[in-house]
Amino acid sequence: MNTPAARRPAGRKLELDPRLAAYQGVWVFVEHERGQAHPVSWELMGEGRKLADQLGVPLAGVVLGAPGEPTRQFCQLAFRYGADRCYLIEDPALADYRNQPFTQGLTELVNAYQPEILLLGATTLGRDLAGSVATTLQTGLTADCTELTIDPENRSLAASRPTFGGSLLCTIVTLNYRPQMATVRPRVMDMAPYEATRGGEIVEHPLRLVETDILTKVLDYIPDNRQDRPQLAFADIIVAGGRGLKQPENFELVWELARVLGAEVGASRPVVQAGWVDPERQVGQSGRTVRPKLYIAAGISGAVQHRVGMEGADVIVAINSDANAPIFDFATYGIVGNALQILPALTGACRQHLALTQRAG
Amino acid sequence: MHIVVCIKQVPDSSQIRVHPVTNTIMRQGVPAVVNPYDLFSLEEALRLKDRVGGRVTVLCMGPPQAEMALRKAISFGADHAILVTDRAFAGSDTLATSFALASAVRQIGRDMAVDLVFCGKQTIDGDTAQVGPGIAKRLDLQLLTYVSQIDAVDPERREIVVRRRAEGGVQVLKTRLPCLITMLEGSNELRFATQAGIFRAARYPVQRWDSKAAGIEDPSRVGLKGSPTVVRKVFAPTPNTQRADLISCESGTPEDLAATLLAKLTTRNPELAALLGRAGMQETGR
Ligand SMILES: Cc1cc2nc3c(=O)[nH]c(=O)nc-3n(C[C@H](O)[C@H](O)[C@H](O)COP(=O)(O)OP(=O)(O)OC[C@H]3O[C@@H](n4cnc5c(N)ncnc54)[C@H](O)[C@@H]3O)c2cc1C
Ligand SMILES: Nc1ncnc2c1ncn2[C@@H]1O[C@H](COP(=O)(O)O)[C@@H](O)[C@H]1O
Repeated sequence: MNTPAARRPAGRKLELDPRLAAYQGVWVFVEHERGQAHPVSWELMGEGRKLADQLGVPLAGVVLGAPGEPTRQFCQLAFRYGADRCYLIEDPALADYRNQPFTQGLTELVNAYQPEILLLGATTLGRDLAGSVATTLQTGLTADCTELTIDPENRSLAASRPTFGGSLLCTIVTLNYRPQMATVRPRVMDMAPYEATRGGEIVEHPLRLVETDILTKVLDYIPDNRQDRPQLAFADIIVAGGRGLKQPENFELVWELARVLGAEVGASRPVVQAGWVDPERQVGQSGRTVRPKLYIAAGISGAVQHRVGMEGADVIVAINSDANAPIFDFATYGIVGNALQILPALTGACRQHLALTQRAG
Repeated sequence: MHIVVCIKQVPDSSQIRVHPVTNTIMRQGVPAVVNPYDLFSLEEALRLKDRVGGRVTVLCMGPPQAEMALRKAISFGADHAILVTDRAFAGSDTLATSFALASAVRQIGRDMAVDLVFCGKQTIDGDTAQVGPGIAKRLDLQLLTYVSQIDAVDPERREIVVRRRAEGGVQVLKTRLPCLITMLEGSNELRFATQAGIFRAARYPVQRWDSKAAGIEDPSRVGLKGSPTVVRKVFAPTPNTQRADLISCESGTPEDLAATLLAKLTTRNPELAALLGRAGMQETGR
């Protein structure tokens, strides 16, 4: 029943309760784990900057973590990526992510400093936290947004997201509740520019919670072996294959081209579901969002659910035997032809090209 | 142990089509299914019951026909099923939905105290992953999302140890019961319904609760009134008017096409030219 589009857009008033007009400023939650900031934080910072400028309000980062230099370093990074201010809670209880202390900390900050917009990454951490904070604050939250704009008429946040299995988009507003919360998936927005000399003001706040009040304990943390997991999100080149390759053996042609190009391998959903490749390689709405410089799609029709995951690529090359395949509507270059023949030819041509450029260099 | 599993009935989204001209959803004939993510939670609940005994109650909020989803769960081995259904719920967003479901869980607990609540990771129609966290907050339960494995559960000491997927690794967490868990997809495989289960499901009298029966005193907290978010508009993604530069050449052999493509890529996109140069170094380095 919580399908947003199942709802009548009722004729409710859009004026803001004066009590809520006091909520001002745009906040971005800075997500970090094991000493590493999640890049989605800086993608949101870029988006947050635009919203804040449009509203004429400051942009702030929110950093929660264990006391010490590493945590404070994230505030500095937030400034360099565009924040004017940083709200900081340092407490030993915030060393590892746990729902209870993070929800308490973020909720308290919101109540104390009253932002009008709060953005988080739609990661495992961000979704866990956003849902809890929104419920505690009793405000609206729009998940997995693909576009954020300010309605010039009433300064409210208009958040667009896919609906109905991705075939349509809907725009959602939060009426008469503040802050307006939204999550955005990694790689959907552009990274904010980095300015090494930018600084800002840090606002410190205590966590009013002691370890003995926290019921969940972290017993262990097993980091992923980075080598084992495909790193699609930040690959410069991705070669992806779809059902048009017909046989699982043929997918080897994709791997070969990827090896020559030093690229990652991606796939459409049917290929993943058929077990040809690892689910982590699925690109699209229910898979990863990617932003490579070059995306080569072989035997992929370009259904909207696939498209939303890869249309941020700088250059898209489509190889498809059907000249009417939807992928040709948004690819940069297209080859109408049999991928089983084109892929090996392309692999050969690239190998040759690379041999030449290397000799020249 | 008393375990409540929240399941939602959703349209099978792989079968939803959009009318090409009017841009409206063509719902006719689209079959309804149990949200696939919820089945991992249902299976995990049934396994816990197999391990330590107790009761599994499935809970669904939806229109009367959502009863089918609950019957399905009964056929797999759930003990009780409750459908929360009321016109007042129409138009509920996630905040209002979690309010109603939390209230129903509280009501269920009057009969036998609830030790664990399961939700799916997310739904395939709403797709927000917010209802689970919402229910947990309202019931003041510890929240464990994206759980890939339950290592241990001790109903006497009221403790549970789970593995939770974080962005860059796996957390092993211990918490106090009662708590709310959402299972990661692929973490288990749903059992088959037994003959006896199917038979029981067919005859099982699914309980129907209206908002009063679900313990909701204030109807303004559910439905459209209780929903802070409002859908302003629904629209089709903008079709890209710029079609691909289709590569063809006289002879049209795969080799010629590949060479033409590569020439375009490297001459028109300087950044790619540099990248494609670097790529080779990497390969020789491997
Ligand atoms: C809720 C939901 C979420 C989804 N999420 C995703 C997602 O995350 N990612 C995703 O990819 N999909 C997703 N889908 C599925 C999506 O709608 C499409 O079904 C899917 O992307 C199609 O994959 P495909 O292009 O490989 O296969 P097809 O649509 O079958 O297309 C195969 C293409 O290959 C071409 N072809 C055939 N033979 C050859 C040949 N010899 N050489 C070259 N071309 C050839 C055909 O012309 C055709 O265009 C989702 C669907 C739903 C409902
Ligand atoms: N109407 C509903 N009835 C029962 N459970 C629901 C309902 N809506 C959501 N849920 C539960 O909450 C989870 C997350 O839903 P969502 O926030 O819509 O992605 C689902 O997987 C279900 O377990």
